[in-house]
Amino acid sequence: MESRHKVLIVDDDSAVLELYRDLLGQLPSKPEIFTTTSGARALSMLKSEPFRLLLCDLKMPKMDGLQVLSIVRRRFPELRTVVMTAVHSEDFRSRAYALGVDLFWLKPDTQQNMEMFMQCIESLLGRDDEGGFRGVQSKSLMDLIQMECLSQSSTLLRITRGSLTGRIWISSGELIDAETDGVRGESAFRRILEWKSGTFENLPAEPGRERTITKPANALLLEAAQAMDEIAAPSTQSSDEVEQADHRKTVWRLASLSRAGADFVVSLPSGPEATAEGWGTEATQELGSWMRYALGACNKLARDLQAGSVAHLEGRSLDHQVVLLAEGERAYLVGWPSETKLAQLSEPSKQLVASWDS
Amino acid sequence: MGFLSLFSKPSPGVQVLPSGTLTVDRNNHILATTVSSACSQEVLQEIGDQVLTLFREARKAQLSLSELTIHFSSLKITARELRGGAIIFLAPKHSFNAAS
Repeated sequence: MESRHKVLIVDDDSAVLELYRDLLGQLPSKPEIFTTTSGARALSMLKSEPFRLLLCDLKMPKMDGLQVLSIVRRRFPELRTVVMTAVHSEDFRSRAYALGVDLFWLKPDTQQNMEMFMQCIESLLGRDDEGGFRGVQSKSLMDLIQMECLSQSSTLLRITRGSLTGRIWISSGELIDAETDGVRGESAFRRILEWKSGTFENLPAEPGRERTITKPANALLLEAAQAMDEIAAPSTQSSDEVEQADHRKTVWRLASLSRAGADFVVSLPSGPEATAEGWGTEATQELGSWMRYALGACNKLARDLQAGSVAHLEGRSLDHQVVLLAEGERAYLVGWPSETKLAQLSEPSKQLVASWDS
Repeated sequence: MGFLSLFSKPSPGVQVLPSGTLTVDRNNHILATTVSSACSQEVLQEIGDQVLTLFREARKAQLSLSELTIHFSSLKITARELRGGAIIFLAPKHSFNAAS
């Protein structure tokens, strides 16, 4: 049976909540609507079950909408967010978009606006995880950069994917620098282009930025597009080309491992018959079986104890520290050297897996 | 006045998260616990069983864990392997320590 998406609406006015509950309940995708009048309660509801979309008012007592959204962005980066407000303020609008919201919407006052609002919500609910950057639906990061370069604009693009952040500097339509995770220049640019989804913001240009990228943007985009095509459509390639693409992908992943300082990664797709893939370990299948078992055991404990969702699992052995966590439809086990402090591993593990299958 | 209770509705119970320490041997017999008696023995056995099996299955996967921590959104379970058994710490997360 197809599951219905869950939508949470936060507004301190209970009459507004009732109105939106009725309206959104009529959407073609028939989402399950939950409501609350406080930001704190909304955060605890988001923790306890997976929501697809959050609609949040801005002006609320105790914890206002911007505070709620800034916490939501950190704790639930995959959640789609919509701001509904009656306040006509450009300042609020830009602050909300800077927090990565998908949509900033003045509370609809006409029938036509209401219909457009409903269409936008339906589109946000229906948009699949096939990729696309928030703010410009169905456009890849390549499209965005191409548009900036073609329009000869000067800007700083800040791109966020989960806990990863990248910045790309464009000056008069030329790509001049990129930076992510301590890497600069072309390699940072290539790494950012591998992210299939996320949020982006246009920040003011920095005219004095030192140039580290000399290749034309089109050439770099073309190279990246070719590399992605090779990975995405191996069936049209000869066996040699497939082998080369696989080899490049493996090299990239092993390089990511050593850059992060991790020992191994095992990736396990969801489903009982799925096969685990591993890098940096020879016990992939055994670790995959343990991951499957551990996820089942943790979920059972979560249900029996009513302890909420499983965030992650950490383990320590003589040789390794391990972190087991889920990202999208996959679970990952990241192994770190035993001397690393376990308490500091969940964040770098999340960063490592965020771009693993991009 | 007991007849008034005929009209009272049963209120839904709130399950309290277990908090404290639990020591189990290799056969999941509870040796010592500081968890409140409000938490049933079955729940403690269930926790012990899952933890011991997690350690055992990890050994089969060539990953001999000496310690593991499971982070739920409202509870943290930390377990240390103890000669086949385990000492298990149960710490509910409150809003003031949820970030930890």
